[in-house]
Amino acid sequence: MADTILGISAYYHDSAAALVLRGKPVAAAQEERFSRIKHDAAFPSRAVAYVLEEAGLSMEDIDAVAFYEKPYIKFERLLETYHAFAPRGLKSFLESVPVWIKEKLFQKTILKNELKSLGAIKPPPILFPEHHLSHAASAFYPSPFDDAAILTIDGVGEWATTTIGFGEHDRIQVVRKLEFPHSLGLLYSSFTEWCGFRVNSGEYKLMGLAPYGRLDSGKTRDIRRKILDDMVDLRADGSFLLNMDFFDFATGLTMCNRSRWLDLFDIPRRVPETDPSSDIMDMARAIQDVTEEIVIRLARTTSRTTGKKNLVMAGGAALNCVANGKLLKEELFERIWIQPASGDAGGALGAALAAWHIGYGKKRAVVHIRDDMAGAYLGPEFCERDVLRVAERYDAPFKRYDDRAVLSKDVAGLIAQGKVVGWFQGRMEYGPRALGNRSILADPRNPDMQKKLNISIKMREGFRPFAPSVMEEYAADYFDLSVSSPYMLLVAPVVGHRCRPLPEENDALGLYERLYHQRSDIPSVTHVDYTARVQTVSRDTNPRFWDLLHAFKQLTGYGMLVNTSFNVRGEPIVCSPEDAYSCFMRTGMDYLVMENLLFDKTLQPEPDDRLLSIKIIHND
Amino acid sequence: MEVIKDMWGFLNRRKKFWLLPLILTLLLFGGLVVMSSGTAIGPFIYTIF
Repeated sequence: MADTILGISAYYHDSAAALVLRGKPVAAAQEERFSRIKHDAAFPSRAVAYVLEEAGLSMEDIDAVAFYEKPYIKFERLLETYHAFAPRGLKSFLESVPVWIKEKLFQKTILKNELKSLGAIKPPPILFPEHHLSHAASAFYPSPFDDAAILTIDGVGEWATTTIGFGEHDRIQVVRKLEFPHSLGLLYSSFTEWCGFRVNSGEYKLMGLAPYGRLDSGKTRDIRRKILDDMVDLRADGSFLLNMDFFDFATGLTMCNRSRWLDLFDIPRRVPETDPSSDIMDMARAIQDVTEEIVIRLARTTSRTTGKKNLVMAGGAALNCVANGKLLKEELFERIWIQPASGDAGGALGAALAAWHIGYGKKRAVVHIRDDMAGAYLGPEFCERDVLRVAERYDAPFKRYDDRAVLSKDVAGLIAQGKVVGWFQGRMEYGPRALGNRSILADPRNPDMQKKLNISIKMREGFRPFAPSVMEEYAADYFDLSVSSPYMLLVAPVVGHRCRPLPEENDALGLYERLYHQRSDIPSVTHVDYTARVQTVSRDTNPRFWDLLHAFKQLTGYGMLVNTSFNVRGEPIVCSPEDAYSCFMRTGMDYLVMENLLFDKTLQPEPDDRLLSIKIIHND
Repeated sequence: MEVIKDMWGFLNRRKKFWLLPLILTLLLFGGLVVMSSGTAIGPFIYTIF
């Protein structure tokens, strides 16, 4: 009997651990939140320790461990790829050999040793579901559907880069797949690199930059045509072949063949940290447009092949919420559900669920109206005593509230006055988004808020947009969105009557002039293309956050706040009260709320060396 | 031993026996790299390559 399954993803990026008890997720977290190393790829020792503690278990209570991919098949892919491309790639081959031998061939031994170091005297059996099966399982099993088509898209796992399949009850069947090197994720990452962002972490920045490009401009059309004529052989069913003359990722140490890209596009690679040129913005727009085209064609094929009415999605490309929003508009499926931890971190949960339902053949429980992800609040929670300890350690004055309704009212009042508030409540989110428990909140009506948040709070690129969290009941008052979006994975247009016209000379304006033009009555969350990445907040899933939104609505008439993750650029989202207080003191945030305690920045002592020296390894 | 058993199971199931010489060479090469670091066989390895 394997009631307790520990899922692990590690050794590439965003390592994580998840605990599944009798088929239900009870705890899950990324290692980066504990180690404070952004996208930490190391074995998730701290995350494992946390999920065990959350369930009151030890390693001895674990019946099976599920690792999120098959290391030998990944090794096979690496060998066959170098063999196929030889003699190209000899340098990276020689550099990689020691790592492969250690990490791939002996991965099972390494895992066993890590489990032993965590207290497993006799390590439990280790199962290795395939990478895309882990994604598919993470999408289907926690979804509210008993029967659904499954679409997974990412960079690459073992061989697969995209899979189409379906789930019925406790069974998953993959029916079609696209294999390496033909990968939508790697294509998008190549453009991410060319546009001056970091691969595996800067993709969402490219997505945020794309709306600054002009879709109907000659340059964008030209780039799009070149992508589809020379680089990507796209078929009607959404499958495609990449022209590998343009890519270096199969055997090299970069994504793009730089000379070929320069010849094709005649656009120099953007130097990181410089302002994006109009050509780079048009390039971002073109690849985003091509990506959406591919995703929609793949979804259409998924619908036709499986005949299902519901769709579930996972894999890194499922975090492209602009493409998700366009897919929703196509109405190919009655309902769509996307795993909130769609990246490799979510593979930990998917692997554990695949082990439970497929490896051990366990039946799936009754499907609920809501999904099994508990709002993605599967991480650690801290009590008021933990917060008080931090306050005591740093001599930090605070105001304590006995009545949460009064706290919500006061915080809403502060936000309405233009203050920026760190909001630390309950269990930490699993996945890349802050959904109201580790968030920085502000007033979406304030025309200066986007600039203030980017520059003095988040310390990041000025062009990047912010997302709104809105009371589920009032989402349609602000956005053209017919479904709930609890995980901030759908982009939707701001409703027409809230929008204001663009200046006549808009196309001639620079990036920041366009950005700072007031496009709606909620300017801080309205992107340059009049869209927003929406989180709908339900009273059932997150009553504390909903109460705050409600209090803000009573005060201002707007049931919405700007919600950005509680971190600064290059730093993982805060996990503990100490992380939160440190981040609060190092940035321009005005107030911090942790559980029922309110910290006013103006009353805090100067940050001392202990706070400033808290370990953060920046990796942006 | 478990690694060898698992490796054989993998090659057998995937019918990828042609990878075996490549893997053995890599293991040998990797083993030499590990062994040669800071040991007396370092100069010997240097002359081979």
